[in-house]
Amino acid sequence: MKNPLLLNIAFALLKARLRQSIVAAAGVTFGIAMFIALVSFMTGLNKMLDSLITNRTPHIRIYNAIVPSKTQPIDLAGEFSGYRNFIRSVKPKDEGKQLYNASRLIKAIRADDRVIDVAPKTKTTVFFNKGTIQLSGMIDGVDVALEQKLFHMGEYITEGNITDLGTISNSIIIGKGLADKLSVKVGDLVQVTTPDADIAMLKIVGVIQFGLADIDDVQSFASLQTAQRLQGKPANYITDIQIKLKDISLAPVVAKEYARLFDVDATDIQTANAQFETGTNVRNTIAYSVSITLLIVAGFGIYNILNMMIYEKMDAIAILKATGFSGKDVKTIFIQLSMVLGVVGGIIGILLGYILSVIISNIPFETQALPTIKTYPVNFDMMYYFIGIVFALITTYLAGLFPARKAAKIDPVVIIRGK
Amino acid sequence: MVNTVLKATKINKYFLDPVRFRVLKDISFSINRGSFVAITGKSGCGKSTLLYILSTMDTDYEGELVMDNEALKQKNNAELALVRNQKIGFVFQFHYLIEEFNVLKNVMLPAMKLGRYSTEQIEEKAIQHLKILGIQDQALKNANQLSGGQKQRVAIARALINDPVIIMGDEPTGNLDKKNSDIVFGIFKDICTENKQTILVVTHDSEFASRADRIIVMEDGEIVS
Repeated sequence: MKNPLLLNIAFALLKARLRQSIVAAAGVTFGIAMFIALVSFMTGLNKMLDSLITNRTPHIRIYNAIVPSKTQPIDLAGEFSGYRNFIRSVKPKDEGKQLYNASRLIKAIRADDRVIDVAPKTKTTVFFNKGTIQLSGMIDGVDVALEQKLFHMGEYITEGNITDLGTISNSIIIGKGLADKLSVKVGDLVQVTTPDADIAMLKIVGVIQFGLADIDDVQSFASLQTAQRLQGKPANYITDIQIKLKDISLAPVVAKEYARLFDVDATDIQTANAQFETGTNVRNTIAYSVSITLLIVAGFGIYNILNMMIYEKMDAIAILKATGFSGKDVKTIFIQLSMVLGVVGGIIGILLGYILSVIISNIPFETQALPTIKTYPVNFDMMYYFIGIVFALITTYLAGLFPARKAAKIDPVVIIRGK
Repeated sequence: MVNTVLKATKINKYFLDPVRFRVLKDISFSINRGSFVAITGKSGCGKSTLLYILSTMDTDYEGELVMDNEALKQKNNAELALVRNQKIGFVFQFHYLIEEFNVLKNVMLPAMKLGRYSTEQIEEKAIQHLKILGIQDQALKNANQLSGGQKQRVAIARALINDPVIIMGDEPTGNLDKKNSDIVFGIFKDICTENKQTILVVTHDSEFASRADRIIVMEDGEIVS
């Protein structure tokens, strides 16, 4: 009974100053719409840039690092155990890059329920030959299905078909930069020389472009079997195990755990790509601070209009108080008034923000570096719409609070006797 | 005791600006239920100041005030607002109608605040009051479309809506011509005799005052008769 009455009065006061009310609400609308458009666009861009790395990068990579052995034979000799032994010019151990017992390792890791899946890989450097020219490059032998599942490899294929890699023997998917340099296209044969000086002919079934020139100039992919055969290695020759986790933030912990458990080297994505998180954070901070500034400006607009309204409506406030409305009631009226502007402005702002986002997401954005992106990336996360409306309510509440407190303190005697 | 609606004991009031000045000096009096009392005196004698203290809107005073067997001095602002809502009806020199609302809504407002009756009942009651005051045909007009006399009658209807025990007026006829003054006086008189509600009016209109049941004359912050 009571609150609808106060709200009723608030609406009546709003109606009396309809034009200013619309301007005030428009301020909120503009603030919220810009916030949503800006944040959606920024985070969309962030996500895309991050995905350039995170899509292709395993959360944990298990490998055999080529390092000198930490324990030298002399350390094992009992008679020198109490001594400090100095050995100069220690050479790395010749264990090769192979992971021992890789298939059992994969099976064990796959059983861990923190893990989405595991993909084996064998890496080798090769020379691509064209006439007298030799270009150095990398061939990653991958399991096509798993690579597609974990790293969305298919998204980066610009020509050809990823599944051919698994079905056609001695096939290769070649980096865009490399393909341009060699002037080859899908269907051509390319000659490669392995580190052991073996020569092989591989059929190009696809061209891949990640959008990072340094990688596109050297990287190519073959099936696990092709790569193993190329190096003259058996079917259990695996140099890397790539792991994707359900929760990326666990990567450092799990990496350490596996390194200890399986006695291998393991790096996590956070350590490998620390700078990406920093960039993301900075961009987010900029987006948020610009939007909050807009909302604060809108808040000042509301504050001004309410202040003016209170001076104009002194008489009404005085009579409300004289006829039994308490200071608290008057305060509620003005806060509700402000909140009405916030809610109306906020809801329209959300709609406008959504429309702006849709428009942005349809603007063509074509760049050589990003073959799979055709329009600007926008992140349509409900979260930002929620944050937007909460911001709108908080700013309008605060903008209403101070004028409302002033109205609550108005002494009706001063107004009435002043006439 | 039952018949006393309002009892003031040793009311003192000081103005502090520009210098400390004693406006009211030990004012003590009581008003019986159903009486028509006029407070009169020259400008600046403190009669309006006294009325606003009695009306509970001015709380900065010394002394005791008892209304309808309730002591008012100890109450906080919210409680006083409730007292004003339930027990006091106001008519000022200026009508103070809220121009965003129509006449009917203006009259209904205090009752809706009180919330004792449903909206339909309040509306019926408001129309009843407007009818008695002869302005029911104006009910749906906006406040600023009425003449001065009509506005003042709407203000009276608003004062009556919650059946207050006391109706206070501060120069209620100050802005009205002779004819409208007479109408307003007649209404007050009727309220007083028929509804047994108490009327307390501050006025410097000696003719208006002389027709009241009881006249309190003030001079320099004191009651002289």
